[in-house]
Amino acid sequence: QEEKRLVEYFRTQVRQDPEVPSAVAAIRTLLEFLKRDQSETILGLRENLTQTIRRLEEADSSVAVSSGGELFLRFISLTSLEHPDLSQCKKVMVERGELFLKKISLSRSKVAKLCHTFIKDGAKILTHSSSRVVLKVLESAAADKKRFTVYVTESQPDSAGRQMADKLQNLNIPVTVVLDAAVGYIMEKVDLVIVGAEGVVESGGIINKIGTYQLAVCSKAHNKPFYVVAESFKFVRLYPLNQQDVPERFKYKADTLKAVEDLAEEHPMIDYTPPSLITLIFTDLGVLTPSAVSDELIKLYL
Amino acid sequence: SGLGMFSTIICGFLSPLVVKRLPEHVQVDDPAVVKRLAKKLERQQIPLRSDYGYKVSLFSHLHQYSRKAPLTQLLSIPSTVIHPSIVRLGLQYSQGIVAGSNARSVALLHAFKQVIRDYTTPPNEELSRDLVNKLKPYISFLNQCRPLSASMGNAIKYIKKEISNIPSQCKEEEAKTKLLKCIDRYIEEKIVLAAKAISKYAIEKISDGDVILVYGCSSLVNHILCEAFEKSRKFRVIVVDSRPRLEGREALRRLVQRGISCTYVLISALSYILPEVSKVFLGAHALLANGYVMSRVGTSQIALVARTFNVPVLVCCETYKFCERVQTDSFVSNELDDPDDLMVTRKGKTQLENWQDVSSLGLLNLVYDVTPPDFVDLVITDLGMIPCTSVPVVLRVKNLDQ
Repeated sequence: QEEKRLVEYFRTQVRQDPEVPSAVAAIRTLLEFLKRDQSETILGLRENLTQTIRRLEEADSSVAVSSGGELFLRFISLTSLEHPDLSQCKKVMVERGELFLKKISLSRSKVAKLCHTFIKDGAKILTHSSSRVVLKVLESAAADKKRFTVYVTESQPDSAGRQMADKLQNLNIPVTVVLDAAVGYIMEKVDLVIVGAEGVVESGGIINKIGTYQLAVCSKAHNKPFYVVAESFKFVRLYPLNQQDVPERFKYKADTLKAVEDLAEEHPMIDYTPPSLITLIFTDLGVLTPSAVSDELIKLYL
Repeated sequence: SGLGMFSTIICGFLSPLVVKRLPEHVQVDDPAVVKRLAKKLERQQIPLRSDYGYKVSLFSHLHQYSRKAPLTQLLSIPSTVIHPSIVRLGLQYSQGIVAGSNARSVALLHAFKQVIRDYTTPPNEELSRDLVNKLKPYISFLNQCRPLSASMGNAIKYIKKEISNIPSQCKEEEAKTKLLKCIDRYIEEKIVLAAKAISKYAIEKISDGDVILVYGCSSLVNHILCEAFEKSRKFRVIVVDSRPRLEGREALRRLVQRGISCTYVLISALSYILPEVSKVFLGAHALLANGYVMSRVGTSQIALVARTFNVPVLVCCETYKFCERVQTDSFVSNELDDPDDLMVTRKGKTQLENWQDVSSLGLLNLVYDVTPPDFVDLVITDLGMIPCTSVPVVLRVKNLDQ
């Protein structure tokens, strides 16, 4: 019962503010759960928390929700070690949770500030599908009076690229929508490629909308820089070796996972891009090379 | 000389004024260094082992010994300087009876335990200083029998630190029990428990229907495969082997005994068999600070071909094998094994029987090679799964702990 209410809360969060990253909405929901929770012991609290995270993952199967949930759990475990008394612990947790939320709401602007300097005047940028972080980066670059053109891939099956193109047109940035199949054709014209990420994995690779891997391979073949923009809460403790190694629960939408029996018939929504194809990753922790991601994760989790 | 062309950088915690010297076992072609070593060994009353056979010029800076002339033949019986368990250990190393990075370290630690048990502090001496000095000639002796591995080096560093940290007011019996417990704990934590942790991570990467390729005989990789089989993963194994050591046969024996279905090929058939393979599991002798993997010769070849076929390469290595050396090639620091091992007798004829008589012929029997980090997809350690480039981070974290 309680869990259903929390999932509703999560969905309202996402609906009310379409700009908020899904991981942030998840963490807000978990903070709300923390305030409402009635458990007597820290162990009970942690168990309920893990259950809630699992419900949220079932509602929205993206990597970001999973990484946000894991970060929150880790942060809770650290706090519970310092304050063994439950009520004291809860108060500190809620305080710190609010602080954490405030910090990460600023992370998108931090990333944008770092990245827009890499866009030079007269640049032609290629991007994939619709990413709010990339939008913010292009917004800051436009605000900095830079002149550039953007090519966006259509990104089937949900044509998210067209929404991105509309948003860019509202910012008065010249934009062209290209077919997913035209990526190889357009690559020689562009100067750099910028994509967002749903998750950044331990190897330094990224998990993003399907078609990103193709884009990366093409840009490597043409020696064009391939930049990734992602906030630090998207770092996730996965280490895929190849496309097959990405867990099934991330590849398909939550509704598909519940409804369909034989997943081999379904088209995956995400793919994995290995770190060898990525030039730089822009995060709120700074500009990182793919090998530095593991360094940051070791600092965070070990 | 071979050393002039390549250089080794030995990293570590250096103050800017101190210049670290190269170890003498990679400077065999420098007569001054050899003389210095001879003097040191004479002082420690350890016989000097002489090189055997013609050495290929690119490797003339390394030792090349013959198995038929073990160092122990030159010792007087009973030796007053070297403890008998160390003499036995040296013979086991030089004859190849104890081989493999983990086996050698564990044997070394057990021998040291016996040394500590039999040790008595001489009057007017402190245990913490005297015992360390007693160990020095043993280490030189073992080094002469067979060059120390990186894991053995780390183990010796740990023991020396523990001994020097014994407080002076500690009684001898108490100190000895403490040291024995430390050694047991080191073996338990760094080798046994590490193997369990690594198996746990590695089993996540083995899925049903996998075809796994292994090379030679790595105790850790065999352990992982046996554990995965216990946990009812369905996979089959391809064991790749190479002359002259033919270690793959031992791995094959262990795996087949458990009931795992295996295929056995020689390394020359690698590109033929690789399209069938879904993953490659490799063991390591040491992981260097720049991310290079030092392992049995042939490993870098396997990694290279696997990369060409887009097959993921996973290296399994415990953290106690991480060393602070930096090496970019396999020439500068390696080990030359007995060249006579390359001779093979078929149908009663040994082709290379008189290779010493041919002045322009050299036989090269290398033991190790280094694999660059671009060929390795994942390193599984007891701390978790890390990319090859994160080895210096782990070293930094470990140094902070200590």
